[in-house]
Amino acid sequence: MMHARLEADDAQPLIEVNDLLVQFGGQTVLRDIGLSIPRGQTLALIGESGCGKTVLLKSLIGLIQPTQGEVIFDGRDINTLNDKQMTQERIRFGFVFQNAALFDSMTIGQNVAFPLKQHTNKPLSEIREIVFNRLREVGLPESVVWKKPAELSGGMRKRVGLARALVLKPDVVLYDEPTTGLDPIMSDVINELILRTRSKYPVTSIVVTHDMRTAQKVADRMIMMYPATRLKEAEPQILYDGRPEDVEDCSDQRVIQFVRGEAGQRIEEMGAFIGD
Amino acid sequence: MVSGTVPNSNDDQQHEPESALAALQLAMFNWLADWGGVAIDCVTSIGELTLFAWRTILWTFGRLPKRETLLPSFYQVGVMSLPVVALTGTFIGMVLAVQSYYQFRELGLETRLGAVINMSLVRELGPVLAATMLAGRVGSAMAAELGTMRVTEQIDALTSMGANPIHYLVVPRVLAMLLLIPALTVMADFMGFVGGYFYSVIIIGIDKHFYLYNSQIFVGSWDIFCGLFKSIFFGGVIALVSCHQGFYCTAGAEGVGKAATAAFVYSFVMILIIDLVLNIGLERVYMTLWPDQMVSIGGG
Repeated sequence: MMHARLEADDAQPLIEVNDLLVQFGGQTVLRDIGLSIPRGQTLALIGESGCGKTVLLKSLIGLIQPTQGEVIFDGRDINTLNDKQMTQERIRFGFVFQNAALFDSMTIGQNVAFPLKQHTNKPLSEIREIVFNRLREVGLPESVVWKKPAELSGGMRKRVGLARALVLKPDVVLYDEPTTGLDPIMSDVINELILRTRSKYPVTSIVVTHDMRTAQKVADRMIMMYPATRLKEAEPQILYDGRPEDVEDCSDQRVIQFVRGEAGQRIEEMGAFIGD
Repeated sequence: MVSGTVPNSNDDQQHEPESALAALQLAMFNWLADWGGVAIDCVTSIGELTLFAWRTILWTFGRLPKRETLLPSFYQVGVMSLPVVALTGTFIGMVLAVQSYYQFRELGLETRLGAVINMSLVRELGPVLAATMLAGRVGSAMAAELGTMRVTEQIDALTSMGANPIHYLVVPRVLAMLLLIPALTVMADFMGFVGGYFYSVIIIGIDKHFYLYNSQIFVGSWDIFCGLFKSIFFGGVIALVSCHQGFYCTAGAEGVGKAATAAFVYSFVMILIIDLVLNIGLERVYMTLWPDQMVSIGGG
């Protein structure tokens, strides 16, 4: 079984997760998660629905408080920070939400300008210029600034979400299923934008995805998680941690099954009876 | 065959009381567990709401939200609620006139109608009905809006961008309710006065001079103060309960619907409870401050 960890960079990792345990009610979603993410890396976090990928992503930024364990960002445990310190750290992250999570009471322009208005004292003319630039970078025309999120297509909303996440030039960009629900062309557009963002800005990226094409294309490291409820007691929740191109060599059949998108015995395990 | 069944029947008779006792015990345990669950839920909800209110108070006095954040809430609560509050006030004034007229006429006190209508309005019906209308119109909308923001991860997005959602979303709504509900109550009182006057003087034909004189004699500043004082508490509780319901809304359309309904129901119940408590308190204060000035509408 391959659990080859990539050799850590010489530099101190930007994000470290130690012994993370997250429980909701009595249900364990994440257990004994340990991760070390060097600066500049693009990490793809894959795994089936409900395995805790998004929970892990939200734990990194303090949107979900872990039951136990620590998340160290740039040398500081984020769960021990006060409100002001937490705000300072959070603006070093850009979060691209699954459904963009644009504020529907605001226009697109106001959405993208929101972080600038909150955290800078830039004059309106400069804010407007930055907003136009960010929208152009993700391939959106200036005319969208006056529109409301409901007037845009799913792909356009995702691109606005990306523009908003990048507006403060963050150190880390977190992508939560950036290509889910998009057509293949738009999915590849988003993949290209993730790659271009990395080449233009020195960002560390974590991409939560089900889409193997996205994971293979954008990431230089891939981690596969498995639902805690389906694991035996001593098994680690991270089944694979390595280069995306080596994933097919993994000896764990659950990893191969996911990567190839095969149902295997799962349908029998679920007790589905259509066709019997 | 009969002899074969007799011992079994005896066994059944012996086991029956035991199994009945076990069933009774089980029912008792279930009953206790159900009520225990309800009690735990109540304590948890009250605790959550108290913490939510405390965080809101800290943020309210810590840093005032920006003007562009405050104005939409003030517009929604104040301007948009004005017509419905005015309409409610007008009809309540007229209904009070209809209800009271025949009873007061029996006693020959129809000129005191102005006193009873306006006293009821400024002390009780104006503030309570304005608050009820706001709980229905604004409270439910607040819960549904914040609930949708929670479900669509907009609250998470706010947090991830370093904005505190209590400061950004809750404080403007609470301030709008606290500051504007007294103004809306004044509107309800005034329109109630107009409605009552219209029905009593124009429709029924009660003498205008006596109607206004009695209104002026019996309704004092203290009564108006009591109504407005209570309204501030109503506004605060509507905003806090509604925002709390939206803020901790459960997933899906059903969660948002439940939050909107719960916001109105809990706000309304809290309005009634606070009304009772404040009425008792204010009466005591009045009797302490002015022990010799109790007035009676039926008196000379």
